[in-house]
Amino acid sequence: MKNNQEDQLETQDIEIALLMEALYQKYGYDFRNYSKAHIKRRILNRFNLSGMQHVSEMIHESLVNHKFVDQILMDLSITVTEMYRDPGFYRTLREQILPTFHSLPYIKIWHAGCASGEEVYSMAIMLREEGLYQKTQIYATDFNPVIIRQAKEGIYSINRMKEFTANYIKSGGKAAFSDYYTAQGETVKLLDTLKKNIVFATHNLVTDSVFAEVNMVVCRNVLIYFDRTLQDKVIGLFVESLPEGGILCLGSKENLQFSIHAPLFNPLIVNEKIYQKKIHF
Amino acid sequence: MIVKNRYEAVVIGSSAGGLNALKTIFKCLDRSFRIPFIIVQHISPDSENYLIQILNDLNRLNVKEADEKEVPRRGMAYLAPPNYHLLVEPDRSFTLTVDERVNYARPSIDVLFETAAEAYRDALIGIVLTGANNDGSKGLKKIKEFGGVTIVQDPENAEVDSMPKAAIRTAKVDHILTLEGIAAFLNDLENPMNQP
Repeated sequence: MKNNQEDQLETQDIEIALLMEALYQKYGYDFRNYSKAHIKRRILNRFNLSGMQHVSEMIHESLVNHKFVDQILMDLSITVTEMYRDPGFYRTLREQILPTFHSLPYIKIWHAGCASGEEVYSMAIMLREEGLYQKTQIYATDFNPVIIRQAKEGIYSINRMKEFTANYIKSGGKAAFSDYYTAQGETVKLLDTLKKNIVFATHNLVTDSVFAEVNMVVCRNVLIYFDRTLQDKVIGLFVESLPEGGILCLGSKENLQFSIHAPLFNPLIVNEKIYQKKIHF
Repeated sequence: MIVKNRYEAVVIGSSAGGLNALKTIFKCLDRSFRIPFIIVQHISPDSENYLIQILNDLNRLNVKEADEKEVPRRGMAYLAPPNYHLLVEPDRSFTLTVDERVNYARPSIDVLFETAAEAYRDALIGIVLTGANNDGSKGLKKIKEFGGVTIVQDPENAEVDSMPKAAIRTAKVDHILTLEGIAAFLNDLENPMNQP
């Protein structure tokens, strides 16, 4: 006989699984292979704010109320990011990887799961300072259309500029960071010229396929939310997208060690989780 | 009544003053103690995890940073990495996330405790140590609800007493102990003389 707590836990887990099934069947958003503990925290947060009596009510609401779906998508999106997050990673890119791009006629970079775009603009600024931006095409993608619109705007709270500026300096920035934005009251707007070679688009790593060959994939702090099966599937997309010698950048706590695709990559800079697709494999 | 030998993990939350508190507990642990520790120590986002080296030098549990998908093993202690939440999945593997701060903290003690409570249920021991905020209180409450054992460092002996006091106010606490008392309690769980 289960005790009350365990019974309630089981019920809630089933309700959440059914909610994920509903989102998938109705809208094609597939969270079924995300970390269960993470999904549960986010969904129960929304549930506690909703005033509903049972999690299962969220299933019906998400089937009929598009605003509610947008809200859930936002809850399940990873929206915490910053410019030059992990400055050491950007410094390494600047000093060790970007110089090798000078010999390429054209550079394509894919920011997969770019959220509100902070790291995309960080890259654009760095490419510009290294004299590479003119010949670069950046694809910035996220599954969430609302967040992609935010990314495209390039408008951020002025409160964050102190942190971003400190990161920029630590990453080896070569100008004054304030050169790259204009303040508008409580917000700052990044220079429009930084967007010139960036395409922002919705793309779902779980359900969509590869759309271009790129020289470098940047996908940081996205894979940690996926189970092993889904991680392998998504890394498989990157394998397809990268030519031999192409670069894959992961988050500081992510690695390829346990992936079925590990044999296809050489760890190029182990500490910063920068990998290179092997040549002549 | 405490049933011996049924505990499979110990989760520990500490904040201000936590380094010394953890060192004291480690020093007082028997070298034969093997139940895995999973620890959230509040730490600044860009700091190196120096705590690992310090605790490893004490030669008790083998201390490492928790990796995503890693499953806790006996004889090991796992620390949440700076700037990541540490969650325990239903299959007891670790998940790391970069979600919003909880109680102004990332890693947050509540996030670890609440997920570990569901994963380990009555096989879990939760311990709240010194600290200046109230992170860990809600998590400790949940550990108790799922049948785990709840321990709080005696506020009288804590370097900073807010966090232990908040935990005592919020959760049903089984034991309020000094650091040495906490270590003695844990040692006793694995003492072969006490096995049923």
